[in-house]
Amino acid sequence: MSTQTYDRQNPAFYALLIALVVMAIGPIYLMLTTSLKLNIDIMSDSSSLLFMPTLRNYETALCDFLWYEPEHLRRCDPTFGRALTNSLIIGLISTAITLIIGTMAAYALVRFRFMGRDVVSIWTLMMRMVPPAVLLVPVFGIWTFQFGIDGSRGGIILVYVALNLPFVIWILQSFIVQVPIQLEEAARMDGAGPFQVFFLVVLPLIKPGIAAASIFTFRVAWNEFLLANALADRNSRTVPVTIVNSLTEFDIDWGVIMATGMLLAIPPIIFTFVASRQIITGMTAGAVKG
Amino acid sequence: MSIASTNRMTPYLFLAPAGLVLAFALFYPICYMIYASFLDWNPSQRIGEAEFVGLRNYFKLFGDDAFRESMGVTLKFAAVVVTIEMFLGVGLALLLDRNIRGMSVLRTLFILPMMIAPIVVGLMWRYMYHPTVGIFNKTLKSWGFDGIPWLSDGSWAFASVVIADVWQWTPFIFILSLAALQSLPASAIEASKIDGASDWQQIIYIKLPLMLPVLIVTLLLRLIDSFKVLEVILVMTNGGPGLSTEILSLRINRTASEFRELGEAAAMSNLLLIVLLILTFTMFIYNKAQDARAARLRAVEEEA
Repeated sequence: MSTQTYDRQNPAFYALLIALVVMAIGPIYLMLTTSLKLNIDIMSDSSSLLFMPTLRNYETALCDFLWYEPEHLRRCDPTFGRALTNSLIIGLISTAITLIIGTMAAYALVRFRFMGRDVVSIWTLMMRMVPPAVLLVPVFGIWTFQFGIDGSRGGIILVYVALNLPFVIWILQSFIVQVPIQLEEAARMDGAGPFQVFFLVVLPLIKPGIAAASIFTFRVAWNEFLLANALADRNSRTVPVTIVNSLTEFDIDWGVIMATGMLLAIPPIIFTFVASRQIITGMTAGAVKG
Repeated sequence: MSIASTNRMTPYLFLAPAGLVLAFALFYPICYMIYASFLDWNPSQRIGEAEFVGLRNYFKLFGDDAFRESMGVTLKFAAVVVTIEMFLGVGLALLLDRNIRGMSVLRTLFILPMMIAPIVVGLMWRYMYHPTVGIFNKTLKSWGFDGIPWLSDGSWAFASVVIADVWQWTPFIFILSLAALQSLPASAIEASKIDGASDWQQIIYIKLPLMLPVLIVTLLLRLIDSFKVLEVILVMTNGGPGLSTEILSLRINRTASEFRELGEAAAMSNLLLIVLLILTFTMFIYNKAQDARAARLRAVEEEA
């Protein structure tokens, strides 16, 4: 990379680039600085660049997990800590389940010719566009009255798996198509069964696809609000639900709420920096080469 | 194919878990919702106890001014947002499709707004639009202007919501169009250069027409997604002031949880689903047509 030569551009072009970058990350930067401010600094009219950064808002939000007791807190409110645990559990488990059964389904759709394959593909594509808002009423009704799993983490995990599966199947198909069939045939000659071929030959080859799919899946489960709000009870609330619940019309504690927002934003930000290539592949896989 | 004949059951075994989950947790709820839209049903009743009212929910909706307004807001929001984002995204892609240092860093920064939670995006913008502590009004006041009622005035609130969405989703279109641009055949562009085409002529006659298939798919994808927007608006305005930013998904949420009219909410969901179904089908058929065309071109080439 370092030996590659780059074209020289005129200064106006670089000015535009800088402006774009500022616009893209400005709001995130503002959230970060606000979360590091005391309320007096947030409310003050003076320049917002000079302030003493403090972790106090994070201490308030995470007081449950701290080994010491922050002195500014009279009483520790465990709501957010509990929600964070819920979000992590729900996000990780639903991602794992979605990926396991999603890759298997995608593999079957690509590799085996059987009746109804086209129908299945069309259905997966159609299911992809179902918005969470549409599922709100039926999921609430069925989960409460028929399955009896409302208010539990399991119930929320089940919706997220269903919500993510079509996308995961769709995106993994495009990766599995590229695996040379000769490799699988060779493994089969050596006596491997279909499950061995799948887990030992195909899976290792589509790692980039799995990375992309898992990021997208985790992101949906981690960020989703509407269905979690309808299904969760006090003990299974996720972070987005607690954030919205703590938003009142007046007198918002901006420092703390920005700290919780920042905590919710950190995992996706980390993914973005670690795996931006895979994310972009995932995003473009559908549109640029259908 | 030899694989299929060795074990007829294998594909079904591979498909079964996903199929079961989709059937029970996605397909069944949707059928359930279609049925529920014909019921007069509130959340404390089991569905069996709800009264069957035929098409009454739909008639009620079409006679309901609030619903018509929220449908209008949804369509206006989708149209405005997608138009602005397409122009900005494609424009930026054309502008930034150059061989420059740090392009990958730039792309990484650009996808950040899409990756973080919509709830958080709404939170950030609500804070920035805040009448006293928000950065926009603070800046305006320090320059000696009056503050703008970003979220408390109907038309400003709509504009504010559009701005937030444009901030969040323009990068999506940018990244897809950039990928499309970079996969264009270099020979066509070089040939036009040799023939003396200016930059503008290159863009209008060569690049845009070649990108068109990707652009149309991008447009449809974004259009479908713009009907799904909910959390950002919920946090920023909760549909207000009045009904000025109450898009359909928000209205469904409110009808179900505030007005406790599950039947009506289901009817609304149904209508939203039909709109999305049409869009998805358009995309599917367009994709098929493109594939067919590509196959035909290949066939012609091989003959030649």
